[in-house]
Amino acid sequence: MDKEFTTVSIPTSLHKKVEEAIHGTEIGSVSAYIVKVVRESLSKEQEAKEVFSREDEEKVKERLKALGYID
Amino acid sequence: MIQPHGGKLIERVLTGAKKDEALDKAKRLPRLKLDPESVSDVENMATGVYSPLEGFLGEKDFRNVLNQMRLADDLPWTVPIVLDVDKATADGFKPGGEILLVNEEDRPVAILNLEEKYTYDKAEFAQKVFGTTDRAHPGVAKVMDMKDVLLSGKIDLIELVPTPFDRWKLSPRETRVLFKEKGWKTVVAFQTRNTPHIGHEYVQKTALTFTDGIFVNPVIGKKKKGDFKDEVILASYEELIRNYYLKERAVMAILQMEMRYAGPREAIHHAILRKNFGCTHIIIGRDHAGVGTYYHPYAAQEIFDKFPDLGIIPLFFRAFSFCKKCGSVVNEKTCPHPSSEHIQFSGTKIRDLLVQGIIPPAELIRPEVAKIIMQFKEPFNE
Repeated sequence: MDKEFTTVSIPTSLHKKVEEAIHGTEIGSVSAYIVKVVRESLSKEQEAKEVFSREDEEKVKERLKALGYID
Repeated sequence: MIQPHGGKLIERVLTGAKKDEALDKAKRLPRLKLDPESVSDVENMATGVYSPLEGFLGEKDFRNVLNQMRLADDLPWTVPIVLDVDKATADGFKPGGEILLVNEEDRPVAILNLEEKYTYDKAEFAQKVFGTTDRAHPGVAKVMDMKDVLLSGKIDLIELVPTPFDRWKLSPRETRVLFKEKGWKTVVAFQTRNTPHIGHEYVQKTALTFTDGIFVNPVIGKKKKGDFKDEVILASYEELIRNYYLKERAVMAILQMEMRYAGPREAIHHAILRKNFGCTHIIIGRDHAGVGTYYHPYAAQEIFDKFPDLGIIPLFFRAFSFCKKCGSVVNEKTCPHPSSEHIQFSGTKIRDLLVQGIIPPAELIRPEVAKIIMQFKEPFNE
């Protein structure tokens, strides 16, 4: 069975800094904070790419015109 | 343009020779009949509405969604999309085989490439997704009546089933081209299962102030007793947009899908689907996707804290009312006047007036919209 969690190392000084930063907040642990920050960072790194060919796009525009969405 | 959820817009619609081949093969495949709600799920998977899903969830993803509100690869996903069958039916299918999915009229819909069969605990499903096992909750009732085995695997759509609302049906591919044609870099989605009143218009236009365009996206499909019929919702929004919105700033298209009434989890689900349509923002109001009093009024807003990687930005709105003193729609942050000056946007009150043939006050609903609703003899689901 796959493990649900794995261990990652961070400098002790950083761990202490995070502990102080989350003290009194709703974030329950240093791990929870790091998971949140990493997920947020990874999602921002993904760049938007065009997903259609020009031909596909023109076909779609024809339907949109026929339905009155564009002139 | 915002990236589809998971990075790729799924397209599993068969065309041309592949479609012909599938139709020919379909004659020899074992068949499985789907209810309309599952047909919608298949179509939404095939056209990318449910990206990154390419089929019904396998066991690993299913359990992760229940327990973590994420797929096994950590991508946010909060509502299980599953296909249930009874044990005898499941015993007739083998993983690795293909199954022809048909609708209730025996029309071929898709081919399911079966990967897994697995059992599950219905009470656990209900408790984790809906936060309750109370059978009075419509989502719980459906889960508890589900059959005992889940089938998973990728689907290939043979053909979209025609509906009376196809004029309003756009795929994510089409909405993305539409938003690009309109020059919209930011688009706010408004999810609804009701006809519009002044409060809805206020929320939409407030959000529109900060974005290039608004995508009004009514949910069409199975809803609960007392909800407005789909055709009434569409006609009323068409009238509102025609009279009160700029054509270059507002579009409407439907989302054909069953409402689960899963409150917070469904709010995230709705956000993901609108991200796939190309929206950068989504309006989340009080008790989004809720029913009765199962969820705290703002739980569907608070849950977004758990998903810093969702990718679509929620715009949260508190409860609002019409203030006679202010002469406008207000909320708790914008109005200093006592509740005696406030008219509440009560859906029940508006409904009762309409049923009696009385046009509600203009502070509550646009008269043009009221007249459209009153043209329908039976505007509500029975």
